[in-house]
Amino acid sequence: MNLGDIALRNLKRRKSKAAFVLIGLTIGVSAVVVFISLVEALTQNINSKLEEYGANILIVPKTENLSMSYGGLSLGGVLFDMKEIHEEELAKIREIENAQNVAAVGPMLLGAVEMGSRKALLAGMDFKVIYQLRPWWKIQGNLPDQEREGVLAGAEAARVLGLGLGKTVAMNGRNLVVSGILDATGSQDDQILFTHLATAQSILNKEGRISLAEVAALCAGCPIEEMVRQISEILPGANVMAIKQVVEGRMETLNHFRKAAYGLSAIVALVGALVVLVTMMGSVRERTAEIGIFRAIGFRSSHIMKIILLEAGIVSVLAGVLGYLIGIGATKIALLFFAAEGAHAGHGISVPFDPWLAGAALVLAIVLGLAASFYPARVAARLDPCDALRAL
Amino acid sequence: MSYIQVDNLTKQYGDGEAAVLAVRGINFGIASGELIAIMGESGSGKSTLLTVMGALNSPADGKYWVDKIDVYALGQEERADFRRNTLGFVFQSFHLIPYLTVRENVMLPLTPVKIKEKEKRAMAERALGRVGLAAKGDRLPSQISGGEQERVAIARALVNKPPILLADEPTGNLDTKTTREVMDLLKELNSDGMTIIMVTHNHECAKYAGRILRLSDGLLMAA
Repeated sequence: MNLGDIALRNLKRRKSKAAFVLIGLTIGVSAVVVFISLVEALTQNINSKLEEYGANILIVPKTENLSMSYGGLSLGGVLFDMKEIHEEELAKIREIENAQNVAAVGPMLLGAVEMGSRKALLAGMDFKVIYQLRPWWKIQGNLPDQEREGVLAGAEAARVLGLGLGKTVAMNGRNLVVSGILDATGSQDDQILFTHLATAQSILNKEGRISLAEVAALCAGCPIEEMVRQISEILPGANVMAIKQVVEGRMETLNHFRKAAYGLSAIVALVGALVVLVTMMGSVRERTAEIGIFRAIGFRSSHIMKIILLEAGIVSVLAGVLGYLIGIGATKIALLFFAAEGAHAGHGISVPFDPWLAGAALVLAIVLGLAASFYPARVAARLDPCDALRAL
Repeated sequence: MSYIQVDNLTKQYGDGEAAVLAVRGINFGIASGELIAIMGESGSGKSTLLTVMGALNSPADGKYWVDKIDVYALGQEERADFRRNTLGFVFQSFHLIPYLTVRENVMLPLTPVKIKEKEKRAMAERALGRVGLAAKGDRLPSQISGGEQERVAIARALVNKPPILLADEPTGNLDTKTTREVMDLLKELNSDGMTIIMVTHNHECAKYAGRILRLSDGLLMAA
């Protein structure tokens, strides 16, 4: 028989007290697990959603031109000096330090084309990355076929120019077939005719050159500002800008939620620790006589402390395991409610087994259990054996 | 200096006007292997004296020596080691741990000692055999009689072979027949060389002692 056996026997004997400590700690740990796993699951969800917002870095040529447009109304501009970006320069973006965060790079060439008596804005694009850059696009028909020199018309452009699917349009002496019409997006895209980059470069006589490039960066903690700096360094002739308002707004909301969740976790964990403290103190008081016997027959104060802390440790380990399992279960149930609130709100949110969180739950339970039991254990260890025996 | 030496021992409870002197400047010595009975009326200070001699209750004044060790000069933890290694305690109400079996109760003083479990069990079995309870090791204290519980308490006190046994009214809760059995057992242990000091009201028990210390109002009347 050793001190651990005494601790185990005592736990079995005082089942209700042990259960109370176990419940207190389990609630504390499971609440922390729920809050943390919810925050993580929602972060993962928001990150994946942010990727759906498309391009979040814009690369345009450096210019001394002051913008003369406001709210979509263009008043023209004064061009002093405008450098151009060459298409092949974009390959360098794949060499930056955070290249793994680059999901897609979309070059774009813009230029005015004449269509009979009318003028229109033609955009040459790389349609291979279009759904990463503009995931919200809905098209009637198909994307332009490069071999057949197709064109995709923005909703407003199609209306104004009277374009329909399969219709041929002539621009700068070239005939392009309307392969698709874009549903209204509410953006500038509605006004534009889109074709393949090579076709546009050929029509506009700007082979190998682009007007701007859009970059979609994966936003799972992507350092947008840092990426902007890295791209600026490799493209000195370009002005690189982050479209970060949406990212920052979402992240700020999430950070508020994270702080609140951590705060609540700390409060619940503290309450759990108080439950352990009060219960263990009660247990020590009940066992005054027993402790007196132990001390009288030669147990050191440290042996008494060890017994009490071993009891707390055994319950804490159980509470850690239970707390994690219950916490993960509760998170999954909570996420079902999130899913129920909106058609796609909970879509794609998963709570996988996280060994770090499981380990942290176990460590938290042990630290809380032992910390809260330390004072009662010290009180027990400091009991005067003679006074303790008088309690018999 | 005797094997056990008590010099001018004083124990006071409380302070100021409420102070009560339970033991007043007692002096005596006990040789190794003696069987001593401490007698006196209730409140005479005999139980207090036993707790002081048991290294459980610091005296207000005086010295207490065992085998040339100044017991109360030891620190708290060293005194616990001293109790475990040198003293065996038999309490009036047995003070067995109710959720441990008879064998485990006997093994209790060995719990903090770093020896193999098998050896601990063997020592407990030997101690139980010595008190005639070898067959009842797996029972709980509530499943044996009062006399048997007393013998379990004695087995627990002698399991680690301490040189001194302190017994507080060891037969206080027992019938005449069982009292005789327990006293015969203590006499037998004493014959084997164990120094035994017992507090008792019972004159029949005192007859087993080689010497009687009589206390009255905290003073030693006769030794």
